[in-house]
Amino acid sequence: MSGASRTSEVLEITTTAGVVQARQQVRALAQQCRLSLVDQTKLITAASELARNTLVHGGGGTMTALLLEERGRRGVRLAFADRGPGIADVDLALTDGWTSGTGMGLGLSGSKRLVDDFVLDTTPGAGTTVTITKWGR
Amino acid sequence: MADKHVSERLIGLLSVRGEDLGAEWAERVTGSLGGRVARAEVERELREIYTALVAALADGSLDGHGEAFGEVRALLTELSRNRALQGFTPTETAVSVFALKQVLEPSLAGEDGDVEAYLEFAGLLDTLGLFTIEVYARTREELISAQAEQLLELSTPVVKLWDNVIGVPLVGTLDSARTMVVMEKMLQALIDTGSEQAIIDITGVPTVDTEVAQHLLKTVVAARLMGAECTISGIRPGIAQTIVALGIDFGDIVTKATLADALRHALRRTGNTVSRTAPQAGAR
Repeated sequence: MSGASRTSEVLEITTTAGVVQARQQVRALAQQCRLSLVDQTKLITAASELARNTLVHGGGGTMTALLLEERGRRGVRLAFADRGPGIADVDLALTDGWTSGTGMGLGLSGSKRLVDDFVLDTTPGAGTTVTITKWGR
Repeated sequence: MADKHVSERLIGLLSVRGEDLGAEWAERVTGSLGGRVARAEVERELREIYTALVAALADGSLDGHGEAFGEVRALLTELSRNRALQGFTPTETAVSVFALKQVLEPSLAGEDGDVEAYLEFAGLLDTLGLFTIEVYARTREELISAQAEQLLELSTPVVKLWDNVIGVPLVGTLDSARTMVVMEKMLQALIDTGSEQAIIDITGVPTVDTEVAQHLLKTVVAARLMGAECTISGIRPGIAQTIVALGIDFGDIVTKATLADALRHALRRTGNTVSRTAPQAGAR
């Protein structure tokens, strides 16, 4: 585990209101660790995508937000966890334009490009956890 | 049946001391509401409930969910709805029921009191009190969803920017419901004004993710199908970089950084020219 955790908040995502709440919480955290405006927007957008994935594909779950501090750098780590069906083919799911629903198929692959660190942990039948980190410059 | 005896004894008490108890009940409830409801109003409400309560007990039942208490529940529903709409707290609403318990306590739980009757009656009032809170919560939920709908209407104006140019300033987030309203209003405005240029301004949209982008694209395509050209304005630097990183393709849709740029573009497309002349000082 890199960095000392400062705060850890868990948010339930069970409705679209949860997605909105997730965005607002991430915005507050991003401002707190003084990310640039562009980085704030990127992180919030990635959080929005992953929160919606948790809701739509995972059938609801949680977002755990953590403020990190490491060698003078500050960052935000977000973990989106659900107990849904999991992802059978991770490579396929991370392909631009591929979707199992009605979206654009860019949410998962796109959010990977929006953050510094992206870890996808999934077990078919048991759920998915996506952990992302964005560091301040 | 024990219930029968208990309810008979309760009726006895409630009828004999009816006036006193009713007055004390109204007194307590009025006090708890901080004078925001007139004493006469509270008395009228409570007297109706009181009468219905005694009538229900006369049926020999002590089950708050039972048929005998239908009238009581109807009255409580009305009371609870009114309180919820007037902005009282759940406590202030439920106290109307629970206060009766306190009023009866001295006469039933005293030295030679009827503890059994008191306990039975307390249980009944608990049921009715919880029912009141349930109605209260339901009313508030209805209120909130009604407000959400109003907000949906409020937050999507379509404005005329120039002859044949309409503007749709979006504020907040774009979900499917919002998109439907925006699209409907914009397409109708295109027909009504005979416009051929529409500008969707997303300056007030804080996050453009794939869902928002997808909704925007659908709106633009719908406008095009009606023969109008659509420009998206208000793309801030952060949003531009995010859209690129996400890999969203806006295709041949014209996008501009500011509403002013978009208006200039729309004017050019409709054959208007904007020229600058020397400022006319003082001329009105």
